[in-house]
Amino acid sequence: MSAPETSTPSAARVQPSIARARTGRIATSTAIHTVLFGYTIIALFPVVLVLLNSFKTKRAIFGDPLGLPFGKTFSAIGYLDVLHKGDFATYFTNSFVVTVVALFLIVLLGAAAAHALAEYRFPGNGFLGVYLIIGIMVPIRLGTVAILQMMVQLHLVNTLTALILVYTAQGLPVAVFILTEFMRTLSRDIKDSARIDGLSEYRIFFEVVLPLIRPVLATVAVFSMIPIWNDLWFPLILAPGEGTRTVTLGVQQFIGQYTVNWNAVLAALTLAIVPVLVLYAFFSRQLIRGITSGAVKG
Amino acid sequence: MTDIAPTGTPAKPDETARAPRRKMRLHIAVFLAPAVLIYTLFSIYPLIESLRLSLQSSVPGGEADYVGLANYAKLFFDPLWADQFLNALKNNVVMFCTIMVVQNPIGLVLAALLSLPKVRFTGTYRTLLFMPTLLSVVIIGFVWQLILSPLWGVTDGFLRAIGLAHAYKPWLGLEGSALFTLSMISVWQYVGVPMMLIYAALLSIPDELIDAARIDGLRGWAIFWKVKLPLILPTLGLVGILTYIGNFTVSFDLIYAVQGALAGPNFSTDVMGTFLFRTFFGQQTQLGDPHMGATVASVLFFIILAGVSVYLLAVQRRLQRYEM
Repeated sequence: MSAPETSTPSAARVQPSIARARTGRIATSTAIHTVLFGYTIIALFPVVLVLLNSFKTKRAIFGDPLGLPFGKTFSAIGYLDVLHKGDFATYFTNSFVVTVVALFLIVLLGAAAAHALAEYRFPGNGFLGVYLIIGIMVPIRLGTVAILQMMVQLHLVNTLTALILVYTAQGLPVAVFILTEFMRTLSRDIKDSARIDGLSEYRIFFEVVLPLIRPVLATVAVFSMIPIWNDLWFPLILAPGEGTRTVTLGVQQFIGQYTVNWNAVLAALTLAIVPVLVLYAFFSRQLIRGITSGAVKG
Repeated sequence: MTDIAPTGTPAKPDETARAPRRKMRLHIAVFLAPAVLIYTLFSIYPLIESLRLSLQSSVPGGEADYVGLANYAKLFFDPLWADQFLNALKNNVVMFCTIMVVQNPIGLVLAALLSLPKVRFTGTYRTLLFMPTLLSVVIIGFVWQLILSPLWGVTDGFLRAIGLAHAYKPWLGLEGSALFTLSMISVWQYVGVPMMLIYAALLSIPDELIDAARIDGLRGWAIFWKVKLPLILPTLGLVGILTYIGNFTVSFDLIYAVQGALAGPNFSTDVMGTFLFRTFFGQQTQLGDPHMGATVASVLFFIILAGVSVYLLAVQRRLQRYEM
């Protein structure tokens, strides 16, 4: 295709330019995938390394960290240690209950408040909008002493309810902020025509607005989920009891005790990671469906 | 309407029109009340309470006395406190700048590549790239601690394999590199957040705009720089302020998990979060002081307030919202 330069006009010049465009496209595509694939490796490598080595003998962990657990190098001793010494089933149940209930409250209550702020004009709208946005910059941890005092008075220390309430309060401002921004961009016509059809304001919210902002709700849910699931601070302070420990706290305490037992440490880390991956596989389908359906341009 | 209506009835339609509007007010309260209530009780009230505590002082077990701004004066000017405070603040700022410069551009590039038409496997990439974000900071901290540990030798071996035999150092254990290493761990974990936000924003750009740009003769990168980037500026502003807030709050978890409450080596990774924690709950020989803790927390609050004010006033006002 690299034909010698001829002075023939247009017709001859068109061919190589198409070919060049095609090779250009392939080159671009290769470059794109190289970057994406390369970064994917960076994102996955540490996690994969821990998962692999959790199934190895101590000797293989140190002798051949990159090798697959196979034959002589395979060992589940770390998991046996973890099962004997920690109560991981309870930790997982606790984390799951706290996260799911708090997320449900954040998304539902946050969307309702955002809808009210974006949709209606009423005295105090501006004030409430700012009031709720202030909460974004208020790291709720700054009020830890007062929260702890309150939970003691309410007899909620060492309960999952304490965590759910705090996480809901923590997640609401960002949810309200993002949802209000998006709700302001929703077309008024749809809601107004629903009103003309005689739908109540509650039905407009549940049947018109919520389906329209579903992709954003999914995004808000995933973003709100991260700090809740990952939190160490509040479980440590509000619910440190053996029965109410979340996974993060449970693993942190376990690893703190068994630092030198690499098999057990790697197994505990794997046990903390794998359920999140399973949970993610479940939620990411919603998230991605949400985002892509949000991209269907009206 | 009233002109045509027979005499005696003009008031009626007005009445019926006003009545449902008054009823409509109730649902506004119903929509708002639960969120405002939970938020006020468990977020705003404790914050005000901690601002109040910062104006008091007490000896352990004794009554609290009102001391005005004495705690703040102590924090800013008493060398015992000020050195630690300024060190923590400086580290936080360095960490924020590092993360802004590294994490958000990577997130932008990944999002830009993912949003290109006709790129295959984007769903898989997206899912995998976002994965680290979902893992607990504590877990990530331990994982990287193991990987960077001289005991395991994974990093050492890797550097040896790519011909950098003597490049390995126990970065987390060295004063000069610990904070940067922790920032990079944070970038590794959280790059998915800007990526997802920017990706969603890029996808919401109408095709017509891109087509119009193409008709105007723009290609590839020019479309990205001149059309897409200006349109996603509000999202970039959001990413920036989220990074700022996260840096002053969540950075505690990573540093506490990897370096402990003393933010070693020699306080070189101490941030406002770990400083607050030590002040609140005490450390080694020093007793915890809720009032000084509340003071640190309040200063942190004002720092964050300043950042958000800048964002809301300067950035948000200039970035115009566009209709989807």
